[in-house]
Amino acid sequence: MSLLYQVHFYLFGIIAVASALFFVTRKNPVAAALWLVNTMFALAALYVMLDAQFVGAIQVLVYAGAIMVVFLFVVMLLNLGQTDAPDFRTPGVRLGAAAVAVVMLAELLVLSRAGRIPEVAPSATPQTNVVAPVAELLFTEHLLAFEITSVLLLVAVVGAVVLAKRQRRA
Amino acid sequence: MVRAYFPLLLLFGFVALNAGLILAIGALTVRSRPTPVKSQPYESGIAPLGDARERFSVKFYMVAMLFIIFDIETVFMIPWGVAFRQLSCAVALTPAGCPAGQVSFFGLSEMLVFIGILLVGFAYVWKKGALQWD
Amino acid sequence: MTTPLAALALLQSYDPQVEHPGNGTFFVATVVKMLVVFAVTLGLVSLLTLAERKISAWIQDRHGPNRVGPGGLLQPVADGLKNFMKERVSPGFVYAPIFWLAPALAFVPALVSFAVIPFAAPLPTPWGLIPMVVADVPIGFLYILSISSLGVYGITLAGWASNNKYSLLGGLRSSAQMVSYEIAMGMSTIPILLLAGNVSLGAIIRQQAVTGWNVFALSVAFFVFMVAAFAETNRLPFDLPEAESELIAGYHTEYSGMAFAMFFISEYSAMITQSALMVTLFFGGWDIPFTSWDNEAPYSVLKSLATLASFGAKTLFFLFTFIWIRWTLPRFRYDQLMSLGWKVMLPVALAYIVIVATAILALDAAGVARGPLYGGILFAMNLVLLVILFVWLDRGRLISPASGRARAAEVARLRARAFEVRQGRRAPVAELAGEAAD
Repeated sequence: MSLLYQVHFYLFGIIAVASALFFVTRKNPVAAALWLVNTMFALAALYVMLDAQFVGAIQVLVYAGAIMVVFLFVVMLLNLGQTDAPDFRTPGVRLGAAAVAVVMLAELLVLSRAGRIPEVAPSATPQTNVVAPVAELLFTEHLLAFEITSVLLLVAVVGAVVLAKRQRRA
Repeated sequence: MVRAYFPLLLLFGFVALNAGLILAIGALTVRSRPTPVKSQPYESGIAPLGDARERFSVKFYMVAMLFIIFDIETVFMIPWGVAFRQLSCAVALTPAGCPAGQVSFFGLSEMLVFIGILLVGFAYVWKKGALQWD
Repeated sequence: MTTPLAALALLQSYDPQVEHPGNGTFFVATVVKMLVVFAVTLGLVSLLTLAERKISAWIQDRHGPNRVGPGGLLQPVADGLKNFMKERVSPGFVYAPIFWLAPALAFVPALVSFAVIPFAAPLPTPWGLIPMVVADVPIGFLYILSISSLGVYGITLAGWASNNKYSLLGGLRSSAQMVSYEIAMGMSTIPILLLAGNVSLGAIIRQQAVTGWNVFALSVAFFVFMVAAFAETNRLPFDLPEAESELIAGYHTEYSGMAFAMFFISEYSAMITQSALMVTLFFGGWDIPFTSWDNEAPYSVLKSLATLASFGAKTLFFLFTFIWIRWTLPRFRYDQLMSLGWKVMLPVALAYIVIVATAILALDAAGVARGPLYGGILFAMNLVLLVILFVWLDRGRLISPASGRARAAEVARLRARAFEVRQGRRAPVAELAGEAAD
């Protein structure tokens, strides 16, 4: 690993973590959502540095460009913080969140032990087609998973319509 | 190779810097002289009534949610499109293309199944009138 | 040399990454290209604001700006200075941090997305072969797709932070519009991937040098892409986010001075990027038609200049088209816009993907090699599809659900009434008053 690589790795890592912290701590929900977009961006940069260029592009396209837009929409227009929405941060929820955090931390610690994650250095030779290797695996070995995804998306479509329609009648 | 992405990083920094500079110059060169009327929202001369950030038609959320779903579908189609020629060839591709008699329907049929299932959802959305904007 | 062999030789001869310039050269070249592209984009934007007014004047048979400089040529300079000298009004009730962040959020994606578009053949220098693109990344057009999907933020947040009903409506409309057409845009590019087998723009240009421009091989995809490009850039006939007659100025109603100018710059530079992208995906990029001289090594400065001119001419043509259409077509109504996006563009793009995939499969099975014949067969198929789409499915209405849906009887009634009013047999105002009383 070259020094330059490490510098960039820590740069994006720090940006991702710091933005995530801001996301959690900001009072204004729109500002918080924008910090989360920033986290997504830094993660995309990290993916690219791991040579997962396609995943990096998709990270920006889907997470920063699509999911966060919807997130922002909801936050912007539901007037969070100004309506009489009940505070869901009850002691039970807080305890649950803390438990999840501890489990995640434990998982990270176990995984980061030597040997669990194979060390992959980014290839020195330029790749001319970064999508084909992903695609060939996805559409042969993981074909079933791919087809089942369509069912998942179908359920999501139906769910979205049902929810919106019910809200409308109320 | 990661080096190819370095210009993008540089460019992002440069353009963001420019954006900041333009806004700063605009703010620094001219003194702001606010008056009560000037600092009201401009709504065609009518005195603004209440806050603009109201709840909005559920249609907009609907479109946004459908957008995510179809965006993900597109994202799956991109690698399929790239690998299509290899997927529809029973043996490894040669530089001249697929050897004669080795063309297979594998690539097309797997996407047809995927699109078919999603078309059911699309037809449902259409029938339910979620795409109708009135 | 037979055609398939020639095509093969062409593919092998061109590999932009044969020679790697050293890190120093790479850095210097990157900085130079970046500055040049940035400056050219901003310069072109200012010229486009003039061109917009000049062309609209020409279309409407007037003079247009002609006071500042020879023939009004210095008008953009005057406009720019004026924007700098304008007071920065910071309206009350706005959410200031996001209100001032929004112009930058619109500006940055619009100006960085051009970076991956190759604008000329590689330039040979004493320090190695320099690819004529700011960032020669293998994810190519996925980068443009992702970055332009971020353009929504600036507009939506500007509308929301302004705390103005018109701004909010503009912001909302534009976000729903941009996301709707993003789907159509994404799907219309899949047939290109089927042909090129790579997402890198360099590879797509090379593919077009072999099978001919994609506008012929994939005409329907080009049509969908162009409509989506107009919608993505919020240009007429899809300029609902800033519809002057309905929303004052839409999402940037509350902005003044340079902050307003930044929205303007980002709209025009998004136009430049979309034009360049159309050229690259469908019109061969910097490729000069009817010759493979420009696609083959050895490269020379002359080749780079000639291809740059070719790229520039094609891009300028599309920029002209953008302006031309703005001053020709009326605006869509919002329901028409949404049904056009979801009920026409999406199904057409989806069906077209299946059709092209089937056609490619058939051509491969028939053993047709990639070359002019391959492109020609696809073009013939597209002609049939275009006839089916516009003559039979659309029946001359140009995009069916987008047309008005007044019943024939209603139209006849209105016509009869207008006729009577003109004859003086009926007073229009009294008529309306009577109707309101009912």
